[in-house]
Amino acid sequence: MTQQETPVRKVPVACTLNGQETEFLAAPYQSLLEALREVVGLTGTKEGCNDGNCGACTVSLDGRIVDSCLVLAAEVDGKSVDTIEGMAPPHGLHPLQQAFLEEAALQCGICTPGFLVAARALLEREPHPDEHRIRLWLAGNLCRCTGYDKIVRAVQSAADKT
Amino acid sequence: MATVFLSIPLRRYTSGESSAEVPGATLRALVRNLNERYPGIAESLVNPEDADRLMPGLAAIVDGEPTNMGLLTPLDADSEVHFIPAISGGAAVSNSEPGGGERCA
Amino acid sequence: MTTTADRPAQEFKVVGSRPIRHDGVDKVLGRAQYGADLKLPGLIHGAVLRSPYAHAVIKKVDVSRAEAAPGVFAAISGDDMPVTAPKMVDMVEEVTNLKWSSQRVMAHGKAVYRGHPVAAVAAVDQNTALEALKLIEVEYEPLQAVISLEDAMKPDAVIIHDDLVGDHLGEKVSPTNVAEHTRTEFGDPEAAFAEAAHVLERTYTIARAHQGYIEPHSSTAFWSPDDKLTVWTTTQAPFGVRSNVATVLKLPLSDVRVVPMEIGGGFGGKIGLYMEPLAAMLSRKSGRPVKMTMDRKSVFDATGPGPGGQVTAKIGVDKDGKIVAATADIRYMAGAYPGSSISAATAGIFACYKVPNVRIDAYDVVINMSKTAAYRAPGTPQATFASESLISELCEQIGMDPMEFHLLNAAEEGTRRPDGPVFPRIGNVACMEAIKGSDHFKSDLGESSDGKLRGRGLATGYWNGGGNRSSVTISVNDDGVVSLVEGNPDIGGTRTTIAMQAAEVFGLPAHDVHPTVVDTDSVGYNDLTAGSRTTYASGQAAIEAAKQVVEEIKKRMAMIWETEPENVEFEDSVFQNKVAPDQRLTFKEAAGKLGQTGGPVSKTGTVNVRGSGGGSFAAHLVDVEVDPETGKVQILRYTAAQDAGKAVHPSYVEGQFQGGAAQGIGWALNEEYYTSPDGVMQNSSFLDYRMPTALDLPMIDAIVVEVPNTNHPFGVRGIGETSIVPPAPAVGNAIADAIGTRLYQTPMNPSRIMEALANKRNGQNGH
Repeated sequence: MTQQETPVRKVPVACTLNGQETEFLAAPYQSLLEALREVVGLTGTKEGCNDGNCGACTVSLDGRIVDSCLVLAAEVDGKSVDTIEGMAPPHGLHPLQQAFLEEAALQCGICTPGFLVAARALLEREPHPDEHRIRLWLAGNLCRCTGYDKIVRAVQSAADKT
Repeated sequence: MATVFLSIPLRRYTSGESSAEVPGATLRALVRNLNERYPGIAESLVNPEDADRLMPGLAAIVDGEPTNMGLLTPLDADSEVHFIPAISGGAAVSNSEPGGGERCA
Repeated sequence: MTTTADRPAQEFKVVGSRPIRHDGVDKVLGRAQYGADLKLPGLIHGAVLRSPYAHAVIKKVDVSRAEAAPGVFAAISGDDMPVTAPKMVDMVEEVTNLKWSSQRVMAHGKAVYRGHPVAAVAAVDQNTALEALKLIEVEYEPLQAVISLEDAMKPDAVIIHDDLVGDHLGEKVSPTNVAEHTRTEFGDPEAAFAEAAHVLERTYTIARAHQGYIEPHSSTAFWSPDDKLTVWTTTQAPFGVRSNVATVLKLPLSDVRVVPMEIGGGFGGKIGLYMEPLAAMLSRKSGRPVKMTMDRKSVFDATGPGPGGQVTAKIGVDKDGKIVAATADIRYMAGAYPGSSISAATAGIFACYKVPNVRIDAYDVVINMSKTAAYRAPGTPQATFASESLISELCEQIGMDPMEFHLLNAAEEGTRRPDGPVFPRIGNVACMEAIKGSDHFKSDLGESSDGKLRGRGLATGYWNGGGNRSSVTISVNDDGVVSLVEGNPDIGGTRTTIAMQAAEVFGLPAHDVHPTVVDTDSVGYNDLTAGSRTTYASGQAAIEAAKQVVEEIKKRMAMIWETEPENVEFEDSVFQNKVAPDQRLTFKEAAGKLGQTGGPVSKTGTVNVRGSGGGSFAAHLVDVEVDPETGKVQILRYTAAQDAGKAVHPSYVEGQFQGGAAQGIGWALNEEYYTSPDGVMQNSSFLDYRMPTALDLPMIDAIVVEVPNTNHPFGVRGIGETSIVPPAPAVGNAIADAIGTRLYQTPMNPSRIMEALANKRNGQNGH
């Protein structure tokens, strides 16, 4: 049976998105990832696998990091969502973003938003994690370009500066 | 005289000889002279649709580097020439457009 | 850490520094536009119906119900694609039969791999498109799938392509699944083996491994009513896509414009065509721009991994450990269409050594799996797993230190590569010396805890890379900042490494050169971002353009100073009249005077760079710890030394070494396609196709060796690919050192390690 034969009623979602009260309509089957990218128009959150195994779509949901491909858009009603687009202050960069640039922690850059959102959550909890802790925390984010060396160094560097 | 190394498929024209000393100021002249000595060998070297270009899938290595001018490549008096299968599979190839270079090894 | 052999007289201001990359801010802000991020007015979404069978006759495809469904704009099948007659052509990624190139992107009459596109639809949104696929009726007649070398090469093999004519040492053979059998031969290996003090032969099996880029393929097309086609796609080869789309769709080349989006990783896997022609046909039918994005499962099923295969290698040495002869038999599974990099494997397998007598046979074999694609140094990691593992075992048997063996036998300037060409100045020995001098090499392996076993492994690797065609245009702004327009998608910082080479000529800071990657209508021809060529060859186009700009500004200064252009010198970013030395203007000052001296200055540098200057060699050293209870291998320490000629941006050079090492470690330990007997991949997700995570790896020490490349004005070598070549044998040699027995197969995963340990207890060797 196709969607057209049983029209799907969209669900209103009201959430705090990057600090702003935001309302949108999402289909009940739509993931938060798809809603962010296709409905709201924030394409900084990337799709790498759509099954929760690469971390490219990492966002913060009420302060916890989640793979937004595994969360239904309708679930975030009443909640707070933070994406890569909300990370930098106006006309500035978050210390992690600056560190990723200085340490050359990105090559193709597709995984970078997910790593930044995940790393920010780590440093908010633990301002000075050791290397093993950083690696463990970021193990849900795949990078195929860097071998992680410079990503770990960038997180260490940002931690040292805060 | 340039020294031409002949890959195994080419040796059926040369009674098994694996190399030859052949004159020629360009690769095209060399192939012409080679073909006089070993009639028919040019059919395996020259693109039937464009006489300035090598056969698709074939690379010429002149003095250690792949050619980028096809059969128009100039040769030195003591050049060393190899005809080998082009590197295929994508990473180091070009040759998509008319007039383009040859594949690089 | 950098070591330099034969430091050139050249001093650099910009080259060798570490500026922040030009596209970095967009990428850390999430603003960079990758393939799937594109939005266009009226955009609709496509989806592909893929064959569930690896090998099947398609008796019927009916898309009419799908096309009639609400929200659906167009549906196509193989019947809608332009019919192409069989003809051998030189496409960008392969020499191929044109008919196959067309059928590879959309099956017509027969599906030859699981995931082979059979039909496609375009609809108002992704979900509607996916639902509409269910309305397409396809009648298949499944055939026996050919998925192993053995099945493909046996005398009564099921034939995949009736029209495949194999080239077997120059003989035309049909029917066959062996597309090509090549042989290269120098000297008399049999005679040399007979005289050798010691000979060892082993057979190795290497699993197919996927490039694993995090961004799935995404392509958008708009076929305008005036028959102009625009394609926005994530590709390494915009000009190649232009050419190949035009060929497959029978359009004039210049009526196709390809806009390269930011690319989320490629490693060779984003060169060929996939959905571009399908999006184009759907756009033509619907009148709308159509976007198609693959899901991860389709990326695994239907795009090219690197080929798996079998390599038998044999080496003979004299009483001093000097190689007297080597032979190899290389058999790669190309996937459903020919082309598995056997010539690169032939060039690479013994390239690190002086081999006086050599014979290498190589076979390119088609099977019912997706067509393999280039994967970082294509064909070479597989062959090198064989040669470097064999050498390590041979060293064990003759009681020789592997480092001494490498140094004794190392190829150097003047050595003939096994497939013929003679090396110019290369960094092979310098990389070995760099490893020998490293803290890692001098360190003790240390004691393991909890009964775990430690070992250390060494391996070398080689990749030649290429040069070829590039075009770069530089325009000078009034404020002395220059814009640089180039055509190579930036896969890992090449906007910056190209811009830095122009900045070096101008004596400007890197950030006063603004690089932009543009579409195929907006810059001269550029070969693909691949073959380790981008920084090396497009950098030379940038240098050429910059030099032309300097010459033009000299003329303008001569006009102002009422002298001859020959009297104007340019050094340290200053133009000076050598006849009247007080007449001097900086580049920036001069830039403000161009308008009144003849108008704007804009110059294009075009190059067709011949060869790579001998390629880039590497040596890797790794320490592992093996848990004999579980078979798990932990990488404890890793050092990668590689020749960069001259590192333009050392951080991104190190990044290439580290990233290639990580991919190679994944290939060594975990990555493979688990395939059912009927040719269906069983682990087509990142959960089950296990790539290394941050937790699996240590820091990777990168040693940048610099043996200048005489083919490049600054000595630069292409470095992107070699780093994936040594890891698998280095890791394998370390495992052998740790557990006292060898594995002859990748991946060396826990079950295989446990099996090897059990065999060792039972007194069996694994080969």
